[in-house]
Amino acid sequence: MRKSTFTALAFSILVGLPTASLAGSEDIVVEDAWSRASIGINRPGAAYMTLRNTGTEPVTLLGLETPLAMMPDIHETKTDANGVSSMAPAGEIIIPPGESVSLEPGGMHAMLMRLQTKMVEGETFPLTMNFADGGKLTVNVPILGIAARGPEG
Amino acid sequence: MSRRTLLTYGAAIASMLALALFIGWWQVDGTGAPEPVAQRPLPLTQMEFQMTDQGGETVGPASLLGNPSMVFFGFTYCPDVCPTTLSDISGWLDDLGDDVADMNVVFITVDPERDTVPAMAEYVSYFHPAIQGWSGTLDETARAAAGFRASYEKVATDGHYTMNHTASVFLFDADGRFASTIDYHEPREFAVPKIRRVLARAEEETS
Repeated sequence: MRKSTFTALAFSILVGLPTASLAGSEDIVVEDAWSRASIGINRPGAAYMTLRNTGTEPVTLLGLETPLAMMPDIHETKTDANGVSSMAPAGEIIIPPGESVSLEPGGMHAMLMRLQTKMVEGETFPLTMNFADGGKLTVNVPILGIAARGPEG
Repeated sequence: MSRRTLLTYGAAIASMLALALFIGWWQVDGTGAPEPVAQRPLPLTQMEFQMTDQGGETVGPASLLGNPSMVFFGFTYCPDVCPTTLSDISGWLDDLGDDVADMNVVFITVDPERDTVPAMAEYVSYFHPAIQGWSGTLDETARAAAGFRASYEKVATDGHYTMNHTASVFLFDADGRFASTIDYHEPREFAVPKIRRVLARAEEETS
């Protein structure tokens, strides 16, 4: 069996989707996922990661799902010329072939609105990414301390 | 269409264009331009506002005089900018070690409706121990922001709200004079020297 066929087959078994419906999202690799612990469940949480497209086609990320939060969405922080920061939904995110898109502090983040449980340092939570080709990718995001600055803490 | 009609139309279009250009100029560069928002903060000695710190003490700009200060605005329901700023500042303070023992480091909430004194006390306890959390009434918050020339705005989201706000960190010397601004998420190699300069100025004055 060719390696690519094997990868595609393994992926389709993993997520239970027919290989035919996928075009590109199986080539997405998630690196350095992390998030901060929360105080209670009233405040929204945030998660960060790098999405790397190892394939040859652009891949579009449509949205997120997680049992941790009712409304997960990718938001983008912008700071204007006067130093005023604001946040807005980032919309669809296109990851060009061979490139990476980073969700990092001060840029884009997975905004976890309506937390269902407290985010406890040392635990992880599953975060599923839904791609335009119908593919899904679930990663376990480590929860670091409230004052964490990056994937290393 | 007669030549005369064409001329009339042409003149009308040209004058409309001229008017549009004039309005555009007036709004962008002329007297109709909005006042620039990013002005220098007032000296602390000229500010007037009263708040409560994380320990329940009444505080204000005068509480900061005598030592250099680092002041920034934010809110604890902020998932990205504020924890990042607080973590960045905690990192700078760790780098500076004992040199910043006397520095005032103050986080002022722009969302006092949710950020009560106990909420601020719990939040700041997760970061560097030097960081204070100040909360005031809506009026006092507005007075504080006006003094620092900071701006903030409540923005509705689905059933909740978030706050847009000035994310810069303001540095003042021990006499309350504004020294410099550290922009949001400015790299440590730029931020730490700015803090050192304010600290050095305080040293010179006391020696």
